[in-house]
Amino acid sequence: MDFLFVIGTPLAGALALIWLGAHRVAPVANVLFSLVTFAAACVLSVHVIAVGNLTFLHEQFFIDPLNVFLVALTALVGLTTSLFSRPYMRIEAEHRRVTPARLRLYHSMYQLFIATMLVALTTNNMGLMWVAMEAATLSTVLLVTLYQTPASLEAGWKYFILCGVGIAQALFGTILLYIAAEKVLGSQGVSALLWTHLDAVRHQLEPRVLSIAFVFLLVGYGTKAGLVPLHSWLPDAHAEGPTPISAVLSGLLLNVAIYAVVRCKVLVEGSLRSAWPSEMLMGFGLLSVVFASFCIWRQRDIKRLFAYSSIEHMGIIAFAFGMGGPVANFAALLHMTVHSLTKSAIFFAAGHAAQKSGSQSIDKIRGLVTISPTVGWGLMLGSLAILGLPPFGVFASEFLILTTAMRDHPWATPILLLAFGVAFAGIFARVQPMVFGDTTAKRLPHSPALIPVFVHLGIVLMLGLFIPPYLAHWYRAAARLIGGG
Amino acid sequence: MTPVPFVMQLLNALAAMLLLLSFAMLAQRRVVTLVDLFALQGAVLCAATLLLAWRTGETNLYISAALTLALKVIVLPRLLHRLIRRLGVYWDTDPLLNIPGTMLVGLMIVVFAFGLAQPISALASTATRSAVGIAVAVILLAFLTMITRRKAMSQVVGFLSMENGLFFGAMSATYGMPMVVELGVALDVLVAMLVLGVFFFQIREQFDSLDLEELEARKEER
Repeated sequence: MDFLFVIGTPLAGALALIWLGAHRVAPVANVLFSLVTFAAACVLSVHVIAVGNLTFLHEQFFIDPLNVFLVALTALVGLTTSLFSRPYMRIEAEHRRVTPARLRLYHSMYQLFIATMLVALTTNNMGLMWVAMEAATLSTVLLVTLYQTPASLEAGWKYFILCGVGIAQALFGTILLYIAAEKVLGSQGVSALLWTHLDAVRHQLEPRVLSIAFVFLLVGYGTKAGLVPLHSWLPDAHAEGPTPISAVLSGLLLNVAIYAVVRCKVLVEGSLRSAWPSEMLMGFGLLSVVFASFCIWRQRDIKRLFAYSSIEHMGIIAFAFGMGGPVANFAALLHMTVHSLTKSAIFFAAGHAAQKSGSQSIDKIRGLVTISPTVGWGLMLGSLAILGLPPFGVFASEFLILTTAMRDHPWATPILLLAFGVAFAGIFARVQPMVFGDTTAKRLPHSPALIPVFVHLGIVLMLGLFIPPYLAHWYRAAARLIGGG
Repeated sequence: MTPVPFVMQLLNALAAMLLLLSFAMLAQRRVVTLVDLFALQGAVLCAATLLLAWRTGETNLYISAALTLALKVIVLPRLLHRLIRRLGVYWDTDPLLNIPGTMLVGLMIVVFAFGLAQPISALASTATRSAVGIAVAVILLAFLTMITRRKAMSQVVGFLSMENGLFFGAMSATYGMPMVVELGVALDVLVAMLVLGVFFFQIREQFDSLDLEELEARKEER
């Protein structure tokens, strides 16, 4: 029952919000639907803690330690983003950047996007996972182009065609997986794409076909995760869409794409009994980290700056999953959580900062602390957190990843450290003047409501100091499931 | 050597036609003809699926054939033709690589595709496994079509042709994916086309053309 609520609420929300349109209760309804989704996700988590793994609807959906915390995280960020979006989109509407018709599209697609993310996370069927990932792209394309500026249309087109082609590769990979699975599981076609069944027989799957399949799956879902060199849609889509969409793209979509890659990797590595899928993941990861950290230096737009930082962090996560083993997997899962929370918090703060200054250009945003201390400190603390400063959670996960790299792959450590250093200097040098620089602008009469930013940063801080036992237990169970190393 | 049954020969002939159509699309610069070729490719795919359904008696394949007919032969080409008329894009500009050059690259791609398909077709238990190589070739040729075109419309047709190759691959190697997945994929393709329709009008309003070079030119100004 709780599971049906998790998937059903955002779907119902999408329909209801089409009907509500630009009515003034629409943003509140958006928040309410997200709240119910989050509550259902919490109940589901408690349920899973109590009874263990669950399957639903003829095994088409399942919950295990790997996806349950991602479901909770997705629902949480969905809720806080809807809270943030209410005042944000009202100001956008007041500035005449969006028409009421577009606001209707925005609210309903927002719920649909959350629904596709949750389906992609909980489905047991690798084919349905593909369908949900494609649907996630489709539901956000028109949101990236919401402002109808030439730049946003370019971004939307790039997003559509690159992710479309990428995801077509993933479909081919899925077909290959099915071919290999059919040989073992029989051609009844019912169970041959179910992950739990595939996982049970992964040692019998034909290795050569699976290795070809993995290349296609990695390229396909890797495009969605923004791994270099398939990343070029990501900064544009993040920078040109409305900020709440940047926050959910960065905080949720990238996580789900990485999750899909990891699911595939478990199967393929079981079949191959060799480490090259891991090595490929490490290679893509390292390339993304290094490339993105240098790109940060060229950015002049605040949202593009943090979009490149997202690429960097996806690289770190891919690298950690590539190393495998209990510690690196644990660190990667923790990093997914803290990155998602921190990055969406940063986008909330950056969105308000850009709104106050009337521009997304870094040069035009100055002295946020004077204009609005909450926005300024939110952006500063968020940036420090994402750069891996203790005591925030990002420090804990990056520390674990670095120490594992030192032990298992010493050659990679200096490269990682260099990239972290470059990214640190690049982001800090840009954020510092934005927050503390001189400004002639007057202080705002009222402070903006930025509760979501501080809630996220609070959780990230907590995860840096103390991980609750049940969460640590999930992470460890999920890390065991992923294995490798 | 055992004689190949007539139905199989017919299937192989249809597979070869799919490949030929892919090459025709690679060489075609008129957008309207490109869409017609895509519809024809859909029809051939549908015929192949029907033939296979009749031979194996799988009900799933009948449904899959009906889906192909409805979506790829009737609905999508109509939508595309309508878009072309409303937007007035009839010709693609010169492709990035001239046509003989593209054809040569295409030939190399086909050789590569058959090499790649070797282990897959060795594993497939179906009677049509020799067609897997052709499916991979169709996918990669469609990819090449997308890379070498500048007009958004031609890129989209290339994208759809890639989907044809994917379906043919799934069909010839495993007699089709599970129904729920096939329905989902068909739904996604349809929604993608609707989104694109909206999208094209948005681009058109802003740029007065569907030439992707304008998008590129804009970027350099930044």
